[in-house]
Amino acid sequence: MSIASESVTAMSSEASSSVTHPFYWSVRREVWEHRSVYIAPMIVAGLVLFGFLIRIIHLPQTMKLLTALNPAEQHLAVAAPFAIAAAAIGVTGLIVAFFYCLGALYNERKDRSILFWKSLPVSNMTAVLSKAAIPFLVLPAILFVTIVATHLIMLGLGSAALAATGSNAGMLWSSWPIVKMSLVLIYGLVVMTLWYAPIYGWVMFVSSWARSMAILWAVLPPLGLCVAERIALDTSFLSSLLDYRLNGFLHEAFYFNPHSKEIGDPLSLLAPAHYLATPGLWAGIVVSAGLLAGAIWLRRSREAI
Amino acid sequence: MACIEAHGLRKSFGTTTALDGIDLNVEGGRILGLIGPNGAGKSTLLNAVLGLIPYEGDLKVLGQNPWDSRDHLMRDVCFIADVAVLPRWMRVWQALDYVAGVHPRFDRARAEAFLAKTQIKKKSKVRELSKGMVTQLHLALIMAIDAKLLVLDEPTLGLDLLYRKQFYDTLLNDYFDHSRTIIVTTHQVEEIQQILTDMMFINNGRIVLDCSMEDFETRYAELTVRPEQVAEARNLKPINERQVLGRSIMLFDRADREKLAMLGEVRTPSIADLFVAVMTDKTGQTQGAAA
Repeated sequence: MSIASESVTAMSSEASSSVTHPFYWSVRREVWEHRSVYIAPMIVAGLVLFGFLIRIIHLPQTMKLLTALNPAEQHLAVAAPFAIAAAAIGVTGLIVAFFYCLGALYNERKDRSILFWKSLPVSNMTAVLSKAAIPFLVLPAILFVTIVATHLIMLGLGSAALAATGSNAGMLWSSWPIVKMSLVLIYGLVVMTLWYAPIYGWVMFVSSWARSMAILWAVLPPLGLCVAERIALDTSFLSSLLDYRLNGFLHEAFYFNPHSKEIGDPLSLLAPAHYLATPGLWAGIVVSAGLLAGAIWLRRSREAI
Repeated sequence: MACIEAHGLRKSFGTTTALDGIDLNVEGGRILGLIGPNGAGKSTLLNAVLGLIPYEGDLKVLGQNPWDSRDHLMRDVCFIADVAVLPRWMRVWQALDYVAGVHPRFDRARAEAFLAKTQIKKKSKVRELSKGMVTQLHLALIMAIDAKLLVLDEPTLGLDLLYRKQFYDTLLNDYFDHSRTIIVTTHQVEEIQQILTDMMFINNGRIVLDCSMEDFETRYAELTVRPEQVAEARNLKPINERQVLGRSIMLFDRADREKLAMLGEVRTPSIADLFVAVMTDKTGQTQGAAA
């Protein structure tokens, strides 16, 4: 039964029945349980801002050093803390997503609460998809908001500090054009999430299947297969496949020219058409869908452990 | 429509047969006690009824196949698996919000009214509540759902006597009416004897005895035999005999009460005593199965 029809039939079943939104409430309950999905990015954002504050204290010296550089180097030096902030918060999000997926369908069996969840009129499909919504929708949204808020605070603090020293804050805003960079960020989060879909799918599948040590089942088989291939055939097809899955989206979704010193329009770096034409994207999505279907099927029959 | 209908229900785990051909027909408005030793198949039977495990044979719960349509069935069926299944991280208000959000037959005001009579605070996490309070919370959630079938699998395990009594009193006074059906398993048989309308003994995956409490009261008699008439009483073929404080106590199935009255003191036995008699006595099994 699809999620939509579940709500509809709930509405039409009886006059005394109230309208229900099983998917929405299941996602909310995941966030209640896993507060780390927003707390961890916020803590890292706090640390980043703390570091930035300390940097600002040395602003006059930094400005002196900057004036010695050419405009392109100045631009990179000013933009670097912003990029580092985004990367730090983004990587935190990936770690949170990994551990979330690992526990998503395992912990409820471990603590037997699956018996409570299954006593309610929520289908296994709704339950699994609401859990998948955390790495696929909720976390990217939280990361976007956290990163943009961090950037805005950094711009605000930087501008204030520059104004206090009598400098022009314009260079700050031109080095990190916040609106355009936010668009780049949305694009980056979307392409990364879609690229990692089979990884999330795999970890959730393991989570629904493992009876113990889910982390080992999630990590060791892929690594073990790579090693086995290397020893048996002296080839590295699997390990390059794994490497492509972990890093490939950077090459497929962006035009990177590391030798370019040009300060171009950041939006010109985006390669959506090329990304959408990448077979690896669609293969990954198909694999992910299959693994999630497997997780739904397993949740139906797996018992508390 | 019968609440639960099963024909030839079977379930194996590997080489172990948990359910060995169960035929069952539970009408609406009954309170059925499912009684059996550990590993008898009670929980397996309840899990099959709740759509938690696949099975062989025919099973209809409220006219639906529970394995195929668990999520739909759960609008009309509630269950308390045991005391420890409410998620420990959850806060009381979250439990109320969530059940209200997903269950079309949940009456939140009713649940809150019930909780108001307890010590449970809405901000508390489940892990901060005592075992008895967790059960109260679960009961508050369940009783606010307008369900047709309530399944209780050892709902009071590990609770003290006061909570156990309160649990069943609340269930009977505030929840049960004759449009609902309740199935309960427990090891504290004597505590639920008064509330049952039907009882069923199950052992080795089979139904050993299935009768209503009215039948039970007319059919079985417990006789405390006068010492000088023990031999005479034995001639009436008791299904069980035990010694208490030097006196023989015999259990009879379908015996003439007037005859028994001449041999000693006649009472209706407790379910627990009948259970022990049926489970320890081979002939008792065949008699029960024939009933």
